[in-house]
Amino acid sequence: MARSNTLLVKGNEAIAMGAIEAGCRYYFGYPITPQNDIPEYMSRHLPEAGGTFLQAESEIASINMLLGAAATGARAMTSSSSPGISLKQEGISYLCGSQIPGVIVNMSRSGPGLGGISPSQGDYFQATRGGGHGDYRTIVLAPHSVQECYDLTMRAFDLADRYRNPVVILGDALLGQMKEPLKPRKHRGKAVDKDWALTGAGGREPRLLKSLYLSEGELTKHNWMLHRKYRRMRREIRYETVGVEDAKLVVVAFGSVARILKNAVSMAREQGMAVGLFRPVTLYPFPQAVLRRLAERVNRFMALELSTGQMVEDLQLSVGPDVVDFYGRPPGSIPSPDELYREIRKNYRKRIG
Amino acid sequence: MKQVFKRPKSLADVPFHFCPGCHHGIIHRLVAECIDRFGLRERTIGVASVGCSVFLYDYFAVDVLEAPHGRAAAVATGVKRARPDDFIFTYQGDGDLAAIGTAEIIHAANRGERITVVFVNNAVFGMTGGQMAPTTLLGQQTTTTPFGRDESLSGYPIRMAEIMAQLTGTCYVARCAVDTPKNLMRAKKSLQKAFEAQVENRGFGFVEFLSACPTNWKMTPQQATAHVTEVMVPYYPLGVFKEDENPN
Amino acid sequence: MYFDSIIAGFGGQGVLLMGNLLAYAAMEEKKNVTYMPVYGVEMRGGTANCTVVVSDREIGSPIIHSPVSAVAMNLPSLEKFGPRVKKKGLLLVNSSLVPEKEIRVRGVDCLPVPSRELALEAGNERLANMVILGALVEKSGVVSLKALKKALYPGLDVRYHSMIPGNQSAMDKGAEFVRNGGR
Repeated sequence: MARSNTLLVKGNEAIAMGAIEAGCRYYFGYPITPQNDIPEYMSRHLPEAGGTFLQAESEIASINMLLGAAATGARAMTSSSSPGISLKQEGISYLCGSQIPGVIVNMSRSGPGLGGISPSQGDYFQATRGGGHGDYRTIVLAPHSVQECYDLTMRAFDLADRYRNPVVILGDALLGQMKEPLKPRKHRGKAVDKDWALTGAGGREPRLLKSLYLSEGELTKHNWMLHRKYRRMRREIRYETVGVEDAKLVVVAFGSVARILKNAVSMAREQGMAVGLFRPVTLYPFPQAVLRRLAERVNRFMALELSTGQMVEDLQLSVGPDVVDFYGRPPGSIPSPDELYREIRKNYRKRIG
Repeated sequence: MKQVFKRPKSLADVPFHFCPGCHHGIIHRLVAECIDRFGLRERTIGVASVGCSVFLYDYFAVDVLEAPHGRAAAVATGVKRARPDDFIFTYQGDGDLAAIGTAEIIHAANRGERITVVFVNNAVFGMTGGQMAPTTLLGQQTTTTPFGRDESLSGYPIRMAEIMAQLTGTCYVARCAVDTPKNLMRAKKSLQKAFEAQVENRGFGFVEFLSACPTNWKMTPQQATAHVTEVMVPYYPLGVFKEDENPN
Repeated sequence: MYFDSIIAGFGGQGVLLMGNLLAYAAMEEKKNVTYMPVYGVEMRGGTANCTVVVSDREIGSPIIHSPVSAVAMNLPSLEKFGPRVKKKGLLLVNSSLVPEKEIRVRGVDCLPVPSRELALEAGNERLANMVILGALVEKSGVVSLKALKKALYPGLDVRYHSMIPGNQSAMDKGAEFVRNGGR
């Protein structure tokens, strides 16, 4: 092929490829639709890279195997979809408490309960609010293209190591199944010195990784330290904007909805409406300050989600509740660009004129 | 002067927090002696569980990782896969291993993970204040079986060693007690065998220890140790259930 | 340049492969492309369709409700997607399987393709999907026939590479059918 360096792959495969390129050598998972391409790819290609793929007996076992492997300093990943991610929450809480890095992929499906296999963004709260017990956060990255699935997975490993914290990649069924050209690139992240890793106490004091703090004041100190770390993560904030410079209405969406919205926004602009798009790439930390600055000259915002309203709360906290409208829908069908265009037009006429 | 007794190098120089008459301290010491005996201290990673043995890391002078309740075998799997040349052991109580962690222990054993599992069975949830464990004997009173364990309500005490021995993936399985000097010496031997299975890369080693819990049994240390001998051993027979040179 | 197509049929008719090949051909021509499969819940024997979007600009939605073009490999697909094709759009129908009297879609350029018969002429009736794909490419001009034929190399597993010439002549048959005015 002419573009021999370009591949046509699914979002799920791009995640697996990005992980291996980033040095992930341990993958633990349990089958669940719609993310099975990830374990399937890993089972074939991780051994080639000198790594280990292990199909665990449950999601719970998977996340705990990750905890074990990552505690030794290795780069490890697990992936699942919504119901399976719920089961992993205990382990994610322990990873945060023990400050063990790891990458957790949620190619989310719809709920609650067994729900369905159609795309949904109903796991936003779970991903951005910690998800398990305790006062903790994970960095959350939301790709919207196959290339981003690859690039952000590599980045997720670097961020996890840098902050000694789990990183969640939040995609959905649409992104996982979609194929697009992918340009694989070399991973250039710097290796982090893991002076905390458990490697056997040879010639040094024994090390301990734990989340239990019972002595007077110890847990308070630990939590403040974690809190400071979460604040430091703000320097990792990423987002994309389209046409916000002259916008009177800025629509805000992430992941696959942002993708569909790109068409709707260009349709609106072709019709002469001053509409811009803001797409958060990091859902935690949320680009609050950037949006606040944007609100100094943009009057109206509109959140669009594949849920009945979750990210909209972060938007309201950023720009104020009075200037935000919402369009969302529960799982079952994916909105078409035309539908989203009509919603934007309706809102624009009402709010801008 | 000839030294006949000393603290194992793998044991930290701190007093145990365990209740008087509890067998955890003895079992800790046996494990530490075994680590020393095989010269493994500098390449051992212990996996601590949740329960009375949660403070494992305070007593062992080795690298230790805390596992969520019941997940030690899965955590140890991850550690061992990433560090195949290191010595990995878990130390788990009966609530941890035989109740909430049943799936993890069965599947780690069935995969033949090269890990060594120390399972302490005192027929009760100790840390949380004496509730029923899956290993609680029929008729035994606990804070959640005030009228004694009733099989029609709570089923039967589970014999983990026998279950583990049934799995093709296991290499060495034994049940021991430390109620008498003779049993203690046998336990030491069994632990060595389970260590060897991993050190020689043969497979999964599992040693169940019957252990006394005087506090939650509401007994004196002497009564509790006698209870192990007279009441627990008849239901949980001691012995080696599996010794396989090449299981898989 | 912008083009999209919904390709639909029974599972087993090779509609997902058609979409994949179209995507590879577009990639070969350095165009932006997305391919989105939609399966029935059941793994086999159900309905299958996929959406391919080709553009020289960044592609927004990979999912299209009203496509510029559609390929209906069977009657249920025609009934579902035929009416959704945009005005003046293009609709290819597998007339080997769909009775002539059912092919009535207003306002679009509708082309019935006797894919099985043409595939037989090319030597293998199982290549009906390649015939229609060749016709789609020739009729729409979304990619060159040359790029489509080349797409078989990355698009097919190496195990099936010996069958590439057969597939290519089936594509030629479909393209020829269009050049001859749909006869």
